[in-house]
Amino acid sequence: MANYLIKRILMLFPLLIGITLITFTVIHLAPGEPVEMQTAMSPKVSAESRARLREFYGLDKPLHVQYGLWLSHLAHFDFGRSFAPDNRPVTDKITERIPITLSLNVIALILEFGLAIPIGIMAAVHRDTLLDRGISVFVFVGFAVPTFWLALLCMYFFGVKLSWLPISGIHSLGSEHLPPLARFWDMVKHLMLPVAIATFGSLAGLSRYMRSTMLEVLSQDYITTARAKGVKERVVIYKHALKNALLPVITLLGFSLPGLIGGSVIFETIFAIPGMGQLFYQGVMARDYPLVMGILVIGACLTLVGNLLADLCYAFADPRIRHGRG
Amino acid sequence: MSLSRCLTLVLAALIFAGCAKGAPEEKARAQVGVPAGGDALVTGSIGEPSNLIPILSADSASSDVAGLVYNGLVRYDKNLKLEGDLAKSWEVSPDGLGITFYLRRGVKWHDGQEFTSRDVLYTYRVTIDPKTPTAYAEDFKQVQSAQAIDPYTFRVRYAKPFAPALASWGMPILPAHLLEGKDITKSPLSRSPIGTGPFVFKEWIPGQRVTLERFADYYEGAPHLSRYVYRIIPDSSTMYMELKAGGIDMMGLSPVQYQRQTSTREFLARFNKYRYPASAYTYLGYNLRLPLFQDRRVREAITCAINKEEIIAGVLLGMGQIAHGPYKPGTWAYKPQVADPAYNPARAAALLKEAGFVMGQDGMLAKNGVPLSFTIMTNQGNDQRLKCAQIIQMRLKRVGIDVKIRVMEWASFLTNFIDKGRFEAVLLGWTIGQDPDLYDVWHSSKTGPKELNFVGYKNPELDRLIVDGRGTFDVEKRRACYYQIQDILAHDQPYTFLYVPDALPVVSSRIKGIEPAPAGIMHNLIKWRVKAD
Repeated sequence: MANYLIKRILMLFPLLIGITLITFTVIHLAPGEPVEMQTAMSPKVSAESRARLREFYGLDKPLHVQYGLWLSHLAHFDFGRSFAPDNRPVTDKITERIPITLSLNVIALILEFGLAIPIGIMAAVHRDTLLDRGISVFVFVGFAVPTFWLALLCMYFFGVKLSWLPISGIHSLGSEHLPPLARFWDMVKHLMLPVAIATFGSLAGLSRYMRSTMLEVLSQDYITTARAKGVKERVVIYKHALKNALLPVITLLGFSLPGLIGGSVIFETIFAIPGMGQLFYQGVMARDYPLVMGILVIGACLTLVGNLLADLCYAFADPRIRHGRG
Repeated sequence: MSLSRCLTLVLAALIFAGCAKGAPEEKARAQVGVPAGGDALVTGSIGEPSNLIPILSADSASSDVAGLVYNGLVRYDKNLKLEGDLAKSWEVSPDGLGITFYLRRGVKWHDGQEFTSRDVLYTYRVTIDPKTPTAYAEDFKQVQSAQAIDPYTFRVRYAKPFAPALASWGMPILPAHLLEGKDITKSPLSRSPIGTGPFVFKEWIPGQRVTLERFADYYEGAPHLSRYVYRIIPDSSTMYMELKAGGIDMMGLSPVQYQRQTSTREFLARFNKYRYPASAYTYLGYNLRLPLFQDRRVREAITCAINKEEIIAGVLLGMGQIAHGPYKPGTWAYKPQVADPAYNPARAAALLKEAGFVMGQDGMLAKNGVPLSFTIMTNQGNDQRLKCAQIIQMRLKRVGIDVKIRVMEWASFLTNFIDKGRFEAVLLGWTIGQDPDLYDVWHSSKTGPKELNFVGYKNPELDRLIVDGRGTFDVEKRRACYYQIQDILAHDQPYTFLYVPDALPVVSSRIKGIEPAPAGIMHNLIKWRVKAD
């Protein structure tokens, strides 16, 4: 097991370097440069000041030198400074935005699993009844409705018409003067709409998946045996069937690890939430190479770690993988 | 604890919080949907500022905020005339080469230090310093020598008379005592600026808001508003809902919002709408390096075939006016009666016939078997420009010209098409500068790659007039040059000038003291006040 683990961990490094090399090349292939984005179509910018800016950002060096420099910084856990006019360290820009994205995604993920699993079970148990069909319609409506449209409608209804919930942002103005509990409640109110809409939109996939694995398990012989023995239906479903049906779903949970730091641009833009999605989008649009690379490297690391964890779990469960046979 | 008890507690805490602070505005804001009270002005902005040291940033959000925190030596007044700001007055030497600024005494930086000519000299030096990554060095590079004669006198000399020079001293002046000898790119001032302006920087919560507070020692007197909050709301529909719900006091409306969504009695009771021409125009530019567009008759025919009124009605819902040239109507350089070709499809047909195009069986024009066809390119994300292109397409089809439309992402558009001259016609816009100098966009020396005369317009007569216009401080002489320039452009039609849109700001009616003027509404911000309600 230890051997397997070491092998897998050592494998991560060439993989990561490969990923950075490809992303670095691809992002530089996109037409336009950060300097251009800042200076284009401005009558006040001469060729000389443009050259000055390129030199300042190190864009005048050949591409492989730029990559080497970037990689050597990365080796010291330094993502460099942003190519936006603020020229701040990329790490600062990312860390100030990660908490909100992470907490939103974690809450949405918990809600999503917490709702989708019971919904899926219910649909499976009451297969082909009116309830099952009703649930199908409900989750597919959530899947099909464009979230931005639903978000705008809800904002108008709950925010403007009823004045129950705030429309955008994550804090009210002046909320910094509130006591901690009230301040927390203020934030909860701001997050209700985004979390509810994000969850509603993603229920369909998971609940359908849960339904089908549950149905598969319910058709197994041991379930028939249990029923034949006279075990109560509740116990059959929640004890014997659910345990086995949940396994693939839990694997799915492992795969959502890298998704936790990613945010949706449209969503964050509509709700004015300063999260990672907006940061990344603006970075790409402004050709802010260090920022884009920084976010991609974090995402790549999380994906690799997520995969590693998933594989380790399999290895733990399945001796054939552990011992390299099979 | 039961849920309802928990809620009661939270509510109690909320109410208590409001009372404890005693500040009425705080209480109002903590509740949802209650119109903003107190004497803070909350505005919405699509973009977030990038850097609050003005010479290091080029985006409008940064300059909006910086404009309230800093002052320049001069500024444009409400009638768009230059007036003294940190300079009490100035003198242009008889040969037109030197400008002497007499600075105001007793002006304080926000940290209490006094403002002197040393700050002006520093701002000039750091801007032209090759190590400073600024896009704004160009105007200051024309300066031959700059000296601080005494703490309240500052003199610059130019190698040749340069009229835009005066306005270039509207550049925000930076505090020398905080920056001199330091690396400006690493200065904390870029996130928490210190200026001489009417508002003091208080805090910047990234992605959420920038808060400014009244500067009690402001040289023109402290602003009436106690705070100015700049909220970052990246989506305009969201911003509009925030406005209606009382989350912001001020925003710029779109023509649809202005015309169709904000005319209810309830809305008009809560908000005041304003309307004045924006400092920008939209145009259809032709690649003059192509044989097709080298023929002036073809360009004039296209202009004649386009109904500009219809574009304004369709795209702006009437919220704009026809552009006849590169200036804003009502400004001193704008020539009121310029012979810009009017909508006249018959004349368009005649001109095209004269240019050798023959109408074919299919109703489309062709010359020597080659159909008259071209592509209009515009940038992605600007719906007005796309609509505009579609209306033009429809009109040109009626006279037999086949137009295709291509929409491109901005960066690719610039790099792959504009810079390489690989375009036929473009639909874009320019901001109209305060100074009427047109050198960068129209002079024949600016047709190189990445330069702004990308359509490749070259006219020696126009070049001479541009150089003459910027070479004198005499407004009458300058005006004569710019009038002639507008006649030449109307005749040559290197662009079809389409429209000058209106700026459509809306402000909560609890804000009093707003005085609309040619410069807009923001010029007397320090006089704005809140009526207690």
